[in-house]
Amino acid sequence: MSIDTINDADSVSESPSPEPSSTPLKRRLVGGGQSLAARSEPMLWLHGGALVICVVMIIGLLLLVLYQGATTFWPVAITQVRTLDGDTVLGEVTRNDHYHLGYGDIGTFSEPVREEAVALLNPIFQKKLSKIEDRDGVAEFINRQSESVERSLQKLTSGLPQVVEAPAIQRNALTDGISQLLSAKQSSIETQVASDIKTALQADDTGAALFALWQSWQDAEAAWSSTPNPDAMLDAIQSDGDVLSSIYGNRFLTLQSFDVETAAHRRLFRTGNYELTNEHFTWVSDFATEPDSESDPEWAVLFERLTWGRFYGVPKELQVDGEATETDPQAVWAKFLELHPVVRDRWHQRRDLEISDTGQINHELEQARLDLRSIELANGKDSPEWEEANKQFLAEKEKLDKAFAEIRSQIQSLDDENDRYQMIVTTSTGQEHAIPLADIVRTYPANQLGFSERLGIYFSRWWEFLSDDPREANSEGGVFPAIWGTVVMTLLMSVVVVPFGVLAALYLREYAKAGLMVSIVRIAINNLAGVPSIVFGVFGLGFFCYLIGASIDQLFFEAKLPSPTFGTGGIMWAALTLALLTLPVVIVATEEALAAVPRSMREGSLACGATKWQTIRRIVLPRAMPGIMTGMILAMARGAGEVAPLMLVGAVKLAPELPMDGHVPFVHLERSFMHLGFHIYDLGFQSQNSEAAKPMVFTTTLLLIALIALMNLLAIGLRSRLKKKFAYSQF
Amino acid sequence: MPRAQPQKHPFTDTTMQNETMKEPNAQDSSAVATNGQTQLRRLERIAAGEHLPSEIHPEIMDESAILEIKDFCLWYGAKQALFDVSMRIPAGKVTALIGPSGCGKSTLLRSVNRMNDLIDGVRTDGDMQLYDQSILAPDVDVIELRKMMGMVFQKPNPFPMSIFENVVYPLRIDGENNRAVLEEVCERSLRGAALWGEVKDRLHESGLSLSGGQQQRLCIARAIASEPEVLLLDEPCSALDPVSSGKVEDLISELAGQYTVLVVTHNMQQAARVSDYTAFMYLGHLIEYGKTEVIFSEPRLRETEDYTTGRFG
Repeated sequence: MSIDTINDADSVSESPSPEPSSTPLKRRLVGGGQSLAARSEPMLWLHGGALVICVVMIIGLLLLVLYQGATTFWPVAITQVRTLDGDTVLGEVTRNDHYHLGYGDIGTFSEPVREEAVALLNPIFQKKLSKIEDRDGVAEFINRQSESVERSLQKLTSGLPQVVEAPAIQRNALTDGISQLLSAKQSSIETQVASDIKTALQADDTGAALFALWQSWQDAEAAWSSTPNPDAMLDAIQSDGDVLSSIYGNRFLTLQSFDVETAAHRRLFRTGNYELTNEHFTWVSDFATEPDSESDPEWAVLFERLTWGRFYGVPKELQVDGEATETDPQAVWAKFLELHPVVRDRWHQRRDLEISDTGQINHELEQARLDLRSIELANGKDSPEWEEANKQFLAEKEKLDKAFAEIRSQIQSLDDENDRYQMIVTTSTGQEHAIPLADIVRTYPANQLGFSERLGIYFSRWWEFLSDDPREANSEGGVFPAIWGTVVMTLLMSVVVVPFGVLAALYLREYAKAGLMVSIVRIAINNLAGVPSIVFGVFGLGFFCYLIGASIDQLFFEAKLPSPTFGTGGIMWAALTLALLTLPVVIVATEEALAAVPRSMREGSLACGATKWQTIRRIVLPRAMPGIMTGMILAMARGAGEVAPLMLVGAVKLAPELPMDGHVPFVHLERSFMHLGFHIYDLGFQSQNSEAAKPMVFTTTLLLIALIALMNLLAIGLRSRLKKKFAYSQF
Repeated sequence: MPRAQPQKHPFTDTTMQNETMKEPNAQDSSAVATNGQTQLRRLERIAAGEHLPSEIHPEIMDESAILEIKDFCLWYGAKQALFDVSMRIPAGKVTALIGPSGCGKSTLLRSVNRMNDLIDGVRTDGDMQLYDQSILAPDVDVIELRKMMGMVFQKPNPFPMSIFENVVYPLRIDGENNRAVLEEVCERSLRGAALWGEVKDRLHESGLSLSGGQQQRLCIARAIASEPEVLLLDEPCSALDPVSSGKVEDLISELAGQYTVLVVTHNMQQAARVSDYTAFMYLGHLIEYGKTEVIFSEPRLRETEDYTTGRFG
């Protein structure tokens, strides 16, 4: 139906056509004309609109994650500003925002900053009072506010320490006295205050006069508040009427000032240098900075370190054995670039020694101890067998201790060599700080970089993120163990859930006789999909870890008890728990796929003399495979993104030891593991340094989404290949 | 073709015979009126639940039967679908089952290889004997029975696998993995199904990539791959265009002699063209069964003539 015909119909129905004979026919042709539902367009708009809203929400979320996640690692310039407090802030600007600055905030500022803030706020305050004066007169306005002013005054009075400590009789006398005085002299006080304010507003320099007035009233109130006892305070306001009107005026202006605020711009600087300043980030408000003090110092250098987070400063000298070799930043940098790779090489050697060689010795020692312990369990302590084994164990231990000491000494010598080199860096506040070269992971003079160098740093950070272990409570370094854990756990889960789900669905669809029992089972399976995932976590912990795992420990790992092997969270239990969680998805999808296999194909096979199982295996299953794959994809997507149950059954904050290594039996399914979803939770909500962790949350989310998308794409590719094979071309 | 001698036939009911012994060509109004009355009477009586004995031509008794159906009844749950059907299926001949929709011809065909076992609530009575052995006895190995009967369905149902695998499927499920044997059977069956020339260069393409007529011939090739005793064709051409139908019909004629063929069809011309014997069924009853020429030219019963000439049904 074209637009033209619709318009025709409308014009026809609105204005009767001169030839009545053609009208009804035309109306019929364009679909009723009267009923909105008779035309499909309104529903089309509704459906289209719903789709657009869904798509916009999803794309919006993805774009947010993509933008935030992708920009985390981009090296930005290092900016230096001087604040009016006299501090110099050097760091990367990580966030810009506006906040509401009001008179309430200025108490926390130091003197010069407060002046700036007041200068920002005063014109607004003055404008407000002028407006009141223009509208209905200050006196009238004060009169309307009298009740709240009095309440504020009473509140102030009763809160003063000397009043609180005074006997009740004096307290009551004071408050009653104030009330009486106020009600007696209300109009004169109001007139006084109003005329003072009006005078100030009419002065040449309105702002200055107004704030001089406010200042004087504040001083008067302060003086009165410091009177030592309630009786004296009462005397003071009774004897001198000006005191009361000053206090009253101050209360009025203070109350009015609450409504005055302005939007102030501020920036969050990542300043690092945690060991010196005890903070990683500093807010700097624009009004609190010295004008024209902002610069990008040429030799501002960012250091990413093994510990303590980032360091920002200017290289001063490079020390070898405590002697300064270079003192000019340029030369220091050149020398640093020459020395750093060598030092880092030594550091890598040292780490390898520490992790793999020491790890090997520890493993052997533990093995020897376990052997001894099993003999002890089998034959009892102090039995001849045990004595014999103990002797062996001690000999072994001595040997291993010796090897261990040797490795320690190697490590020590590498450390000693590395300790010779350090860089002295001047911070923005002029402090000098020594950074050992071995501690520096990555460093660059941010303000001298060209685009390609920035790109290089960007990708090297991504590579570190993807391939390295985490540092600094997970907020720095990489997430390789988490990627590994997520992928392996998801694959393990698929390996478990697909066969079980398919077998169960086959029984339900192919063998079970339709009836009440099958219906109940089917409803139960569908309900299983709606059970909160944390319930599966609790079940997994109770059943897999504590029941089955503990039994396995009793039977096979007795020597290790009381420390559990399988009796605690681990990657296998996590995979099994998630397999349970995703089982309904697979069963339902497989059942659908089996039901979609045409009856004629089964009959064709059976008529050839195939048994039921042969028919299922050769005809039904291959034909249903794309549908089963769909179920697997859904299950994988659900399982890989699930976090809550994992917290209970084996996902941990930090597990650099992968569940696969060079020690027999190579695969250690009992080990706990890291998971990207849990990593996100940990970074976002458990991190000490939440501001630094925030971009990592986005980056990790991006990575998790990319990982799930990749796994799904692989499965979808496989499925489409299968589908092509079964494309049904009838004629 | 000599005219049958109905009096000699033991099953023939003489009263009925008298009614139907009229000259079929008689076109006078009274004859038509009587015909209509008779037909109404007989079919109405059947519809009312009465069982009337079948009109079975005696020539059939001269043929050696490979399959003998004796007083076969079948119920779907409480509903009876076949009533005391007795037929001898001659060996090496093509026998067609005709009749209006719902008359039970497909059910009868599917009972022969016990495909009806797959449907819940099916109950049978009477007997069927293949080579004098009952095929309905509980101790019969259904799988072996089905291997002796190739079956082709109304809609082509090739399996989602290559043409080659489709054809050798019956051998595969028997565990035959010898490549040479499989290839030989594949070629023989495809030649038998007149499909070899069309597909010999693309045996490893999917069976689903063929056209509808080719798919149906592929199914026939599959059905004859295990060299069955009986070939059961359930309306094999109903989903095909005339050209494909013609090819399948030619094929059925060629297969006759080699195999015993039992074919269900809605198409009178097809039945007349391909079959040696024809059985007319109505509402689960076998009405008339005899040589195809006789059934189509001079049937004993008016009802049969009316059906074959399209006056009813």
